[in-house]
Amino acid sequence: MIFGRLTWDSFPWEEPIVVATFCAVVLGGAAVVAALTYFKLWGYLWKEWFTSVDHKKIGIMYMVLGLIMFLRGFADAIMMRLQQALAFNGSEGYLNAHHYDQVFTAHGVIMIFFVAMPFITGLMNYIVPLQIGARDVSFPFLNNFSFWMTTGGAVLVMASLFLGEFAQTGWLAYPPLSGIDYSPATGVDYYIWALQVAGVGTTLSGINLIATIVKMRAPGMSLMKMPVFTWTSLCANILIVASFPILTATLILLSLDRYAGTNFFTNDFGGNPMMYVNLIWIWGHPEVYILILPLFGVFSEVTSTFSGKRLFGYTSMVYATCCIMVLSYLVWLHHFFTMGSGASVNSFFGITTMIISIPTGAKLFNWLFTMYRGRVRFELPMMWTVAFMLTFTVGGMTGVMLAVPPADFVLHNSLFLIAHFHNVIIGGVLFGLFAAINYWWPKAFGFKLNEFWGKVSFWCWQVGFWMAFTPLYILGFMGVTRRMRVFDDPSLQIYFVIAAIGAAIVAAGIGAMLLQFAISIWKRDELKVEGDPWDGRTLEWATSSPPPEYNFAFTPVVYDADSWADMKKNGYQRPLTGYQAIHMPSDTGSGVILAALSTICGFALIWYMWWLAALSFVGIVGFAIFHTFNYKRDYYIPVEDVTRTEEERTRILAAGV
Amino acid sequence: MSSATANAQAAPRAYHLPEEPHLHEGHSTSLGFWMYLMSDCLIFAILFATYAVLGGNFAGGPGPKDLFELPLIAINTAMLLFSSITYGFAMLAMEKNRVSATQGWLFVTLLFGGAFLFIELYEFSNLIHEGAGPGRSAFLSAFFTLVGTHGLHVTFGSIWLITLMVQVARKGLIPANKRRLLCLSMFWHFLDVIWIGVFTFVYLMGVLR
Repeated sequence: MIFGRLTWDSFPWEEPIVVATFCAVVLGGAAVVAALTYFKLWGYLWKEWFTSVDHKKIGIMYMVLGLIMFLRGFADAIMMRLQQALAFNGSEGYLNAHHYDQVFTAHGVIMIFFVAMPFITGLMNYIVPLQIGARDVSFPFLNNFSFWMTTGGAVLVMASLFLGEFAQTGWLAYPPLSGIDYSPATGVDYYIWALQVAGVGTTLSGINLIATIVKMRAPGMSLMKMPVFTWTSLCANILIVASFPILTATLILLSLDRYAGTNFFTNDFGGNPMMYVNLIWIWGHPEVYILILPLFGVFSEVTSTFSGKRLFGYTSMVYATCCIMVLSYLVWLHHFFTMGSGASVNSFFGITTMIISIPTGAKLFNWLFTMYRGRVRFELPMMWTVAFMLTFTVGGMTGVMLAVPPADFVLHNSLFLIAHFHNVIIGGVLFGLFAAINYWWPKAFGFKLNEFWGKVSFWCWQVGFWMAFTPLYILGFMGVTRRMRVFDDPSLQIYFVIAAIGAAIVAAGIGAMLLQFAISIWKRDELKVEGDPWDGRTLEWATSSPPPEYNFAFTPVVYDADSWADMKKNGYQRPLTGYQAIHMPSDTGSGVILAALSTICGFALIWYMWWLAALSFVGIVGFAIFHTFNYKRDYYIPVEDVTRTEEERTRILAAGV
Repeated sequence: MSSATANAQAAPRAYHLPEEPHLHEGHSTSLGFWMYLMSDCLIFAILFATYAVLGGNFAGGPGPKDLFELPLIAINTAMLLFSSITYGFAMLAMEKNRVSATQGWLFVTLLFGGAFLFIELYEFSNLIHEGAGPGRSAFLSAFFTLVGTHGLHVTFGSIWLITLMVQVARKGLIPANKRRLLCLSMFWHFLDVIWIGVFTFVYLMGVLR
């Protein structure tokens, strides 16, 4: 009763790979805990990071979360490539079906929800308030809470590795396979509650960033003077708020089917599984634009900065972004043309899908025309951007091929589809993130990233990516479907071997990137930069790097979309006197506590520990009420502190000149 | 345009304001709360859509005509509408800074809300006793989920209402409390609007069909 259905046998003893991983994680975790205790860092982490409401620190924590989960998700990818390269000629490979099905599900879920989402949320959190000249976001406490909810979801996914199992349904958990009849164990419940806990965080951070962008822009910054990254972030966050509730509702219905015996998506008593597929893709298609739009903003900033020109076609860029935002709601059915909705419905969705390529194409030409006759500097962020333009265009074209319903009937759920969406997600989202990390790292930490290892990583990724996914395109044309564990036809093996080598080269690229971070941190004094290392054009470069906790000593006034370029052109002088006390939000531990209780509640529901679920739920409500009795949520940074920080910067600037 | 540019070049642009532009506390609260309400509205939209698709799938079980008792639902609807009116009175009293009148109307609102929940639970328990529980058919699954989600919202609204009454009692009608009462007001009226949809779409049209 106390432990619900959690027993000694819930630990996957029979899986040597999992047991070994568990041992490594326990040893590694113990080492980290011991080191933190030995160096007395717990208090520092709690006070300076975990409870911080500073959007910059929260942004960095999101990036760290994304990076950790990226390593986990990539480990899954390598396991799949290895399995598929081995499982020929009667060999079963090294993963049994139960384990392999969890691996491909976890790979998809982790990469979308706990890698891409934290990365883009972290990026927007860090950069947007700086770009609009604000001191923080609209709801700083909610921001901290959102981060910890996302982390709570990630914790649940990670727990599924060692306690019970993860879903074996594919990353969208279609019923009836995900129903209680066919998936009676904990897998789908882990899936549901991890996404629900994280989804609350995502929705709230979406609301938060929209309110921030609408309400907290610096004086003079009209909507059409916002930096493009802020524009694309605004559109992405509108999509978040307008689509994540759909996911929440859909998963509620699925969990009612599983927990309360309702019949929404069952095969009998009038249930309709295709309803789930519709609902989940009404969320799912906007979701892919949530991922890519902020990165379109990154490419715009990078292209303009490293071409030394203002962005070509700013207005068309904004309208293209808004078009994509709206159109993303009109295409969901292209994910299941084969459902049999009839020729008219399929034609409609095929055409709307193809129409999306028009604003996207407009964006691509805008970037090219920005580079045209510019003085292009091929620094790392620009290299990733050019690589994106090439890679993403191929991915976009295969996407248009899939948008043609008759072609889709052949290619549906084949490896061609897999190659297509990795082509746009890696080529778009991931390359964009690497561009952004290389571009804004000096902003966040005050030193550049090592260029040599950055280039090694870049070329490994380019070569590895194409080697891993070109064979998949070919295999897809030959009719190989996704999620296969063993193969009969030995002539296919060579393609899977090539793809596995490609994945290994990508792994080298990831290793080089980690090395790049480590070496850069090690040699940070040599790589030190002042506020504006790239000759930037937007407001975030107007303050020091890293920025003080209040971002700007004086709220800037904006006259142009490239406001920092405009300030530099007009001989802006940094004010040296007249500092004032600055009004800031106070840190609070409430977000950590509420998210921890929510995670416990999710865990209890997964394992049917009803008493714990009830207790933690009451705890959530009670603590939330308790939190509202705290009316003192802000403080002033005294003018002496501001003066000291700013005079220190004046001294550094003078020494630099 | 050109003269404006010329002027701007003549006089150096001021790139910061001498005085800090002070954002008042809670400057984004009502916008943020509106967005939350719209996101909640989407959840209801999905539940309505699900009801629209599955609402005719009785699986050989009872349908709306066999189950719904309109007089009871009419009383229930009246309770919720009255609670919205009395919440409006509470807000009017709040505008005039009359603490005890505000508290009084809030309490009346709470009673109406409680009555609504009581009647709804009574209806649910009747249905379940008749063998028309949420597992009986897809229609009943969709019905219980849509109406029950609304009921859960009213429950949380009531808990929130009690919390705010305690906070008003302790701190009075300070700006922070007024802001909170305003948010709950939007929430409460929002639930009213959703209920109008439920009443029309589920009950009235269900009996008509």
